[in-house]
Amino acid sequence: MTDQPVWQPAASQAALKSRAQQLAFVRGFFAHRGVMEVETPVLGRCGVTDVNLDGIPAQVSASGIEGGWLQTSPEYHMKRLLAAGSGPIYQVSKVFRNGERGRRHNPEFSMLEWYRPGFDDRDLMAEVSDLVCGWLGCERPEILHYRDAVETWAHVDPFESTERELMRRCEEWLEPEQLAGLGRDGCLDLLMSFAVEPNLGIERPVFITGYPASQASLARVSEHQGHRVAHRFELYIHGIELCNGYWELTDPVEQRRRFEADNHQRRLSGKPEMPIDGAFLAALEQGLPDCAGVALGLDRLLMLKLGATDISDVLAFPFERA
Amino acid sequence: MASYSTNEFRGGLKVLLDGDPCIILENEFVKPGKGQAFNRVKLRNLMTNRVWERTFKSGESLEAADVIDQDMEYLYTDGEFWHFMKTDGSFEQYPADAKAVGDTVKWLKEQDVYTVTLYNGAPLTVTPPNFVELEVVDTDPGMKGDTAQGGSKPATLSTGAVVNVPLFITIGEVLKVDTRTGEYVSRVKSS
Repeated sequence: MTDQPVWQPAASQAALKSRAQQLAFVRGFFAHRGVMEVETPVLGRCGVTDVNLDGIPAQVSASGIEGGWLQTSPEYHMKRLLAAGSGPIYQVSKVFRNGERGRRHNPEFSMLEWYRPGFDDRDLMAEVSDLVCGWLGCERPEILHYRDAVETWAHVDPFESTERELMRRCEEWLEPEQLAGLGRDGCLDLLMSFAVEPNLGIERPVFITGYPASQASLARVSEHQGHRVAHRFELYIHGIELCNGYWELTDPVEQRRRFEADNHQRRLSGKPEMPIDGAFLAALEQGLPDCAGVALGLDRLLMLKLGATDISDVLAFPFERA
Repeated sequence: MASYSTNEFRGGLKVLLDGDPCIILENEFVKPGKGQAFNRVKLRNLMTNRVWERTFKSGESLEAADVIDQDMEYLYTDGEFWHFMKTDGSFEQYPADAKAVGDTVKWLKEQDVYTVTLYNGAPLTVTPPNFVELEVVDTDPGMKGDTAQGGSKPATLSTGAVVNVPLFITIGEVLKVDTRTGEYVSRVKSS
């Protein structure tokens, strides 16, 4: 509250140097594979509807337009480029998420996001492995189903357990009155965070795949062993969530339905509804090529490279010093 | 009273939990990329000194606890209460009971300044400075030839505290004592 300002960087010189090397490695990796680097707006007209993502509004006034949002991810703009025929693209960009600060979070962070027309989730997982293991020198990840991970470490079945059973399991962390309104996915998020994640990728990096359809976000959904699962994957190394990828949903009708469902959920949890990004939906209507895409946290990748346990150790100026 | 939402949580914040004033020791923010965020918080209950670990959903809030630390001079005890006075010139006095004074009672010397933690305006705890200077009122006589090396003996100080001191210490000397460990530090040169 009355903290003295600190002018010095939080990261060591060695960490800053490693950051520069990481960036050079990433650019070399994609140049070699013929993936084009792009830049899209950090300051966009729209925010996102995601219930658990809080954007940071910007008070822009220009060319008769008021408002704007710092982007939580370059996803919509990059998909507009894909719809316009860009071919494979990647971007290193700053993204912003309000309220997120901790040992692995800073409200502003560096994201590496890329899209591969013609790839599915399996193809892209292989490419993520090439990039990450090429940089970290780690063993290639194994692939674990979300259901197996949750059953192994949280001892519930994310698809078959009733909401009551999930809530009872969550009582290890939350009081009964806090559990009200958490819902099925909220319970699963809690179990994932506290019971499962700390065990992931300890011996060897691991991809988690086959998320419940309710957590599909922008991934396409299919049937697997009688359950609707999302073609979504996350990579974990030493308990750190490193990336989130999808075999992308290309259906504009389904996409609009999910945005509206998000806003419905926002209403229920007392959050403001967010306007739906019409330009993005128009691009989907025009036609997004069949593709897979992934977003990877570059600050966390650097933490893993350096063995850092706090994101502040790899940021020149974390928010408190920014 | 004000309240704090999870994104205001940080070490040192004083909040009410289950009706008791607590101080936040650690706050860990946890969030799966697309999922619900939580805060895992370690707090010390200022009434019981016990450490609690609790989880909060992002966006939940806790009421602020009216807890402030004040420098106060110790005046006297009437047997039931220990009376302290603000050092800001207001001469305002606060009676602290045995529970608030706790173990600090053995370091209380009149006119010395202590940190009194007030909860809703009443003393909750009394904390001594890290070092106090107290006179020896009783100890075995020092033996001839004793030097700084080796051996110690108990000495009773003016406040009733008993500390281990080197053998050369005699009655009437003033000692510097570390209140955190209860250990003798040095003799204080008498003027």
